[in-house]
Amino acid sequence: MRLELTEDEETVREVFAGFFAQESSIEVVRASEPVGFDLGLWTKLAQTGAPGMAVSEAAGGGGATLADLAVVATEAGRRLAPVPLVEHAVATRLVAAAAPADSSLGSLIAGDQVGILALAPAVDGVARLVPGGSAANVVVGLDGDDLVIVAGEPPAGPANTGHAALADRDLRAEGRRVIGGASHYARARAEWQALTASALVGLGHQALDIGVEYVMQRQQFDVPVGSFQAVQHGLATASVDMEGAEYLAHKAVWALASGHADADNMASMAFLFAAESAQAAAAASLQYHGGYGYSDEYDIQLYFRRAKSMTLVHGDPGLEIRSLADRLLGPVGTGASA
Amino acid sequence: MDFSYPPRAEDFRTEVRQFLAEHVTPAVLEEQHSGTVHSWELHQKMAAKGWLNGAVPEELGGGGRDALEMSVLIEELQLFRAPIDAMGVVIALASIILELGNDFLKDEVVPKLLRGESLGSFGYSEPESGSDVAAAQTKAVRDGDEWVINGTKMWTTMAHEADYVILLTRTNADVPKHKGLTFFIVPFDTPGIEIQPVWTMGYERSNATFYDDVRLDDKWRLGDVDGGWAVMKTALKFERGIAGGQFFSAPLIEDTIAHARRHRRPDGSLLIDDPVVRERLVRAMIDLEVCRVFAQRVAYGAAVGAPFGVEGSMTKLFASETFKKHSNWFIDILGVEGLLRHGEPDAPMGGFIEESFRHAPVTTIYGGTSEINRNMVAEGHLGLPRAR
Repeated sequence: MRLELTEDEETVREVFAGFFAQESSIEVVRASEPVGFDLGLWTKLAQTGAPGMAVSEAAGGGGATLADLAVVATEAGRRLAPVPLVEHAVATRLVAAAAPADSSLGSLIAGDQVGILALAPAVDGVARLVPGGSAANVVVGLDGDDLVIVAGEPPAGPANTGHAALADRDLRAEGRRVIGGASHYARARAEWQALTASALVGLGHQALDIGVEYVMQRQQFDVPVGSFQAVQHGLATASVDMEGAEYLAHKAVWALASGHADADNMASMAFLFAAESAQAAAAASLQYHGGYGYSDEYDIQLYFRRAKSMTLVHGDPGLEIRSLADRLLGPVGTGASA
Repeated sequence: MDFSYPPRAEDFRTEVRQFLAEHVTPAVLEEQHSGTVHSWELHQKMAAKGWLNGAVPEELGGGGRDALEMSVLIEELQLFRAPIDAMGVVIALASIILELGNDFLKDEVVPKLLRGESLGSFGYSEPESGSDVAAAQTKAVRDGDEWVINGTKMWTTMAHEADYVILLTRTNADVPKHKGLTFFIVPFDTPGIEIQPVWTMGYERSNATFYDDVRLDDKWRLGDVDGGWAVMKTALKFERGIAGGQFFSAPLIEDTIAHARRHRRPDGSLLIDDPVVRERLVRAMIDLEVCRVFAQRVAYGAAVGAPFGVEGSMTKLFASETFKKHSNWFIDILGVEGLLRHGEPDAPMGGFIEESFRHAPVTTIYGGTSEINRNMVAEGHLGLPRAR
């Protein structure tokens, strides 16, 4: 048992905390709206090696662990980095595992191309509103029983709540290749859930930090708003949930990396809990800003909006609860025998 | 990170499970309906296994079960619904005395506690002071080598079974309130003590205890005169470490799932197939996973000797609040029959959920209310100013 970051992970954390604070400043985040993707930031991120860091060295990657990647995802989430890092990293790991000889792998590892994972199986060959869809050249997704990879210019995406780079992608586009099946896809989805939980942990923590800073500086009734117990308790409740979300995300990453039998369920739980907790943290922090929290000028609204878009790209969380229920309790209709 | 338990702790878990499967019998579970959540039989068997002694930190002369093994023991006891209210107090009390007590107390009291012969009771709260524990009014006045104690304590649970109470008293009224406190270990057979039951909404009996010119030799004093606040901090540390209630929801969830697999709605559908039931069960299972990582973090922190921070507050707050939520959800699932009490032939799950629903509210109150814990998180974790 070890419930703290390793020295290496701590180094990774410090490096990428600095990187995203510098390169994904709030000005950069705002400037990326409404497209939700900053190619300049992506290019700099590629230079750090992050896009292919968690692919084995044998396959040409950086040989970092899933836990290292999760640490980076948290720091990216903290700064609302307008790059599909989690999607790209998961898609690249998927290609490396399922089709190490695929021609795209080298450029995905290098970050010369942006790759993403369609989180829901395609319908009539089309993956709907894929996160990173309006930014990526390479899409990996499930079409029927086939895990396919397609390349192509990203289309422009629709306007949306969190200025996410969403777009529909055609998984039957010319040049598509079948690289595996549903089992590879399930693993990649679980990794996406655990890493997105990690990103939401960064987002939620930062939303609270912003809120705490604001309530200490804002004076009403001649005292800081943060001296009121009603405000303190709202922030405390949210921070306890975020603390739980953080450790559950770590546990999901550990479970996936160590081949724990329950790893998929852990990832699902970590994602659901982080999604709810981060949304609640952003909402609480926004509330304690008073009217300014609702104004475009203040940054907390950016967190409130992105917490929702990072969650809903996976679909209604209720469907994930339903899926988790089937796994944990047995499908409906089997209760008496299970 | 690595969330796996070391082999030593896993082996201990296996041993504990075998023991509890054998000894937490229906009769032991039935016993607590008397209102005393304690079984002498189980308690003494556990003492004989060396587990009470094992729980005391090694550097204090205990049996050297590490914090991870202790957390495993506490987790399994809660999963088995074992009646352990007294056990937590015994371990905390022995640990406090071993850390801060004089040789007399160490020799006289601790062995009886750890051999399973004597129980203890916490004497902190009073009729006029609960969360504001430093406002205690129970007076101890020096008289030569003796102290004369007068006052009243509330929530001295287990006093009617216990031999000792750890008593917080006021020894100086002329200084700020937390600087005039002194602790004593008081034997309940000392003349002048009266114990009256306080019956609660849950199934437990607590007590009010009255101290009328109770004369006590100075050797029963714990810590320095007017140094009670330092003792209090140590006491709270041990109390939170042992009695977190982190897994209260675990048997609730397990039993509700088993019930839902076998029982039907009035329309004939199985409860487990109802989407409303399924969502509540899954949400509770997620909350329980969060309790698990919180508890593991507290145990890990203790195991590696990390300074005691707000993790205990966070764990207690989250676990008790979600337990209260779950018991409320699950009694709803049972419909009108959920109201039936233990002993009624039609009571679902032997009335377990009904009891839990009545018991849960105290868990967000005792050992530090949710509000006090939120204060501690706001101050100690978020760096917000003291708001009281």
